[in-house]
Amino acid sequence: MYTQALNNLDLAPDGTDPREARFMARIDAEERIEPNDFMPEAYRKTLVRQIAQHAHSEIIGMLPEGNWITRAPTLRRKAALLAKVQDEGGHGLYLYCAAETLGKSREAMMDELVDGRAKYSSIFNYPTLTWADIGMIGWLVDGAAIMNQIPLCRCSYGPYARAMIRICKEESFHQRQGYEQIMTLAAGSPEQKAMAQDALDRWWWPSIMMFGPSDSESVHSEKSMAWKIKRFTNDELRQKFIDATVPQAHRIGLTIPDPDLRLDEETGHWQIGPIDWEEFKRVLSGDGPCNADRIAARKAAQENGAWVREAALAHAEKRKARAAEPIAA
Amino acid sequence: MTTLALKGLSPHLTYLLRLADDQLILGHRLSEWAGHAPMLEEDIALANIALDHIGAARALYQHAATLHGDGLTEDDYAYRRDTRDYLNALLVERPNGDFAHTIVRQLLYSAFALPLWQALMTSSDTTLAAIAEKSEKEARYHVRHAGDWFVRLGDGTGESKARMDAAIAALWPYGGELFETDATLAAAIEAGVAADPAAIEPLWRDTIEAAFDESGLPLPDRPGRQTGGRSGRHTEHLGFLLAEMQHLQRAYPGQRW
Repeated sequence: MYTQALNNLDLAPDGTDPREARFMARIDAEERIEPNDFMPEAYRKTLVRQIAQHAHSEIIGMLPEGNWITRAPTLRRKAALLAKVQDEGGHGLYLYCAAETLGKSREAMMDELVDGRAKYSSIFNYPTLTWADIGMIGWLVDGAAIMNQIPLCRCSYGPYARAMIRICKEESFHQRQGYEQIMTLAAGSPEQKAMAQDALDRWWWPSIMMFGPSDSESVHSEKSMAWKIKRFTNDELRQKFIDATVPQAHRIGLTIPDPDLRLDEETGHWQIGPIDWEEFKRVLSGDGPCNADRIAARKAAQENGAWVREAALAHAEKRKARAAEPIAA
Repeated sequence: MTTLALKGLSPHLTYLLRLADDQLILGHRLSEWAGHAPMLEEDIALANIALDHIGAARALYQHAATLHGDGLTEDDYAYRRDTRDYLNALLVERPNGDFAHTIVRQLLYSAFALPLWQALMTSSDTTLAAIAEKSEKEARYHVRHAGDWFVRLGDGTGESKARMDAAIAALWPYGGELFETDATLAAAIEAGVAADPAAIEPLWRDTIEAAFDESGLPLPDRPGRQTGGRSGRHTEHLGFLLAEMQHLQRAYPGQRW
């Protein structure tokens, strides 16, 4: 093929593609890579996988929270939760658009989500059983997400980095809102405080696991660090989250469900007990409490909406055809 | 927290609650779509419209609570009244059904709400006039959003047209109630607080006829006869909606959330 021949011509005498060296030099110089710039295929693939997973997490995340919009206990909380879920839809939309700049369509990504090929954040495979779970998602889940996402604002791929700037602003608002919600419960009746503690007991470890496997076990970390898609390791980010969150729990009189938790006076870091990675793997591989329900809900939305999307396309085609018709005399 | 049974309300307060209840119940219904809409853009749009309605409901309940006194709050109206004390039109409590039902319900209501807010901008109740001014801007978008979908779905495919026909057949009977006048409303109109639905109906009809015309869907020629919401005689659906909405306030009465 012509393009292939052209590519071959571009190779340096040692058989490497000189564009790759230029690409790495740009990365090292902290330049942003834009959609039409050269990028190695593996870089593109890594980004598409990561951005699509992130987008899927936003729209799957709408489900456990959406669950409580109709049951929010006050009108103020109802409006705030609805606005939060709407923000998440918006995040999903920018992220799908960012992934589309790398040549993959939103439809293809959605198909991979509903047929189980694509992953999303495992945290959303846990159920929201009480109102306190909504606060806990804001405080812990969005709190953990921000730790991961703030460094992504400096990610080497321009469209992703720019999408993250807006997303981080909204997520940090959600995190504060969630903490305020839990603070209100913790200061409320004994039943409300118990509701908050029970939610913390259930969400703490899954939130800790959101940072992914330990550095020694992480499959994608090293390459992503070299490409400046990732700036900190999973364990570094996890520790930042723990150090920020433990004092917040103590301040409102809640107990972190970890008997081994202790403050290391020397380093100033909070040390946690062992993480149950078997549970992480079980939920990730599809056996969490809500995996099947979440996928079924997305699939239903996609299937039930197919006729609407077809009608919109058909109408647009008809309009175009009508506009092209000569005006009758 | 005991149930709030409101007896002997003034026409002015009753009118505010009727308006607010329409907004809350329709906002609640639209919020049920979050995460389940036919496309991500509609998840966002329907949530946005739901937020407008819930925002208007809150402003109206807060205003009613101030007039009412007794230390009532917006949440007392929303969470402590039972079915017979809710005063929304039956149309807005009808279930979402498929997307066609949601769009038809929204157009029938928004085409009424837009000229209503416009008329209320000169209400003698200046707080209500200020709420109307804000809501009018939002209602313009609601009419455009529902109207565009009404045309797309009516004109789109055989299936979308059939679904629209079914949705119109199901919901048209609930349109007429929006324009009814009873003694309470007549008194509120007389006081310069409320808008006269007789003046709004032709404007509603213009919007509706234009949408039917552009979509190619046939305009029903029978009047809408289902009624009762304004005096608390609802369809069976409202009780379930309230049971869900009020669950926490009923299970843990008198708490701060």
